[in-house]
Amino acid sequence: MIVLNVENIIAGYGETEILHGVSCKVEKKEIVTIIGPNGAGKSTLMKAILGLLKPTQGKIFFSNKDITGKNPNQIVQEGICYVPQSDNVFPSLTVEENLEMGAFIRRDGFREKINEVYQIFPDLKEKRKVKAKKLSGGQRQMVAMGRALMLDPALLLLDEPSAGLAPRLVQTIFNKIIQINEKEVSILMVEQNARRALEISHRGYVLAMGHNRFEGSGEDILSNEEIGKLYLGE
Amino acid sequence: MDFTSRIFQLALYGIVSGSIITLGAIGLSLTYGILKFANFAHGDVMATGAFLALIFLNLFQRLALPSSPFHPLSFGLPLVLAFILCMVATGGVAIGIDSALYKRLRGTRSITLLIASVGVAFILRNVLQFIWGPDPRYYIKKIQVSVRLPILGLRIKHDQVFIIIVAACLVIFLHFFLTRTRMGKAMRATSDNMDLAKVSGIDTEKVIKWTWVIGSALAAAGAVLAGIDNKFITPSFGWDMLLPIFAAVILGGIGSPYGAMLGGMVIGLSSEISTAFIATSYKPAVAFIIMVVMLLIKPRGLLGEK
Ligand SMILES: Nc1ncnc2c1ncn2[C@@H]1O[C@H](COP(=O)(O)OP(=O)(O)OP(=O)(O)O)[C@@H](O)[C@H]1O
Ligand SMILES: [Mg+2]
Repeated sequence: MIVLNVENIIAGYGETEILHGVSCKVEKKEIVTIIGPNGAGKSTLMKAILGLLKPTQGKIFFSNKDITGKNPNQIVQEGICYVPQSDNVFPSLTVEENLEMGAFIRRDGFREKINEVYQIFPDLKEKRKVKAKKLSGGQRQMVAMGRALMLDPALLLLDEPSAGLAPRLVQTIFNKIIQINEKEVSILMVEQNARRALEISHRGYVLAMGHNRFEGSGEDILSNEEIGKLYLGE
Repeated sequence: MDFTSRIFQLALYGIVSGSIITLGAIGLSLTYGILKFANFAHGDVMATGAFLALIFLNLFQRLALPSSPFHPLSFGLPLVLAFILCMVATGGVAIGIDSALYKRLRGTRSITLLIASVGVAFILRNVLQFIWGPDPRYYIKKIQVSVRLPILGLRIKHDQVFIIIVAACLVIFLHFFLTRTRMGKAMRATSDNMDLAKVSGIDTEKVIKWTWVIGSALAAAGAVLAGIDNKFITPSFGWDMLLPIFAAVILGGIGSPYGAMLGGMVIGLSSEISTAFIATSYKPAVAFIIMVVMLLIKPRGLLGEK
């Protein structure tokens, strides 16, 4: 079953067109990774899916429902949650308040959900009264992911979850992603740590200059020499 | 009265005027935090609140409400009811202005919003002038004598004690609202990062409405308290409040409601105490100098974040 289907979207900022007809798909229970050089439009694609940018052309379907042009808070309600690349926590709110904001539209089951998030990220439980701005980079990333999990999303969008983290933490974050995926959450992520991300992914896309360049299974992309040279730095 | 007790006496007045400035400064800071623009109409929103209270006050005085003053205060039930109702009404006015004007400008540069707010300021002030004229309008006709406190021979009026207590209650109420309620936390979250609030599912338009209501209701409260302290109000009163309010907000750190509280008190105290050393007519200059110095040495303010 297809969870997300992006069909030929064109989007950008004001007059500047960044995505010139990009498509991608995520199936149920899949981890899909998008790689590509800086400025390729990866973050722009994520923003367009979430409704922070309105595509001028193309369609976005979520579980067969057309969500093109909807507002972020409506799209979140549909079941897509998003962790931005930067500024992804509320710095002056405590860890627990950050998680609460993730569940803003949730009317019930808040306590159970927050405990579930603390089970995935035990470090956060100890820090729950601490303001997010006082946390380390890794802890902040966990708060950001925890916040996005509070609504039981069917699809989680992660924009460079391992960016700027110490190598030891990068593996921890990827393990958490696998753990989250095992709870039946489909994942679409953008990663600079392309090799390690593709290793845990079912499929991947290569995006360059606002166009799809390649798609295939994680192994396909990793074993493709041209892509290796151009985008994996080999 | 010796010099020390004179300073303490001025400090006491400073707390009274600091309470009023604080209530005005909070709203300015809240709207800045969420919408990222300096609302030049905020002072005139205060004045609007003061005149809305006057309308209610006249109305209640005409009705056969018990109007004898609450001893030992110099006013009674009509003014208290007018005070509460004008907070609600001013919140309504602010939502009206937002939907008619600022909402259409959402997403434009903050300079555009700032200029729009200057326009709103002129409109509000001129409407008030047009209806009530430039002369002072009186809330209270009675003269109240101040009482002597047992320390240092300080004097204060019961009305002024009322002002301090009401302002303190409102500030405490705001604190609980911001830290304990869902909407209050969402306001802080939206002020931290509006895009992230949106993608968390927070209805930021609703948050913006609440911000206008709370900021303007507190401004109206401050205006009525100022009217109680002075006994009268004028249409240009809001414009005169704007300077100390901006100074308070910049001193405390723009966007931070707690900074606005701190800044309001410091500006109130320093303006009053300055009169022991320089002519009273320089009082506004004190706020101005503090603001300029702060902008030069620490533009983020005492409690500012970013
Ligand atoms: N808010 C914005 N306004 C205008 N242009 C923008 C904005 N954000 C990004 N861009 C431009 O859009 C292009 C694509 O940016 P995007 O952030 O999508 O790239 P990316 O693939 O995520 O790159 P990175 O790996 O650096 O995160 C870049 O040329 C960038 O300068
Ligand atoms: Mg990016």
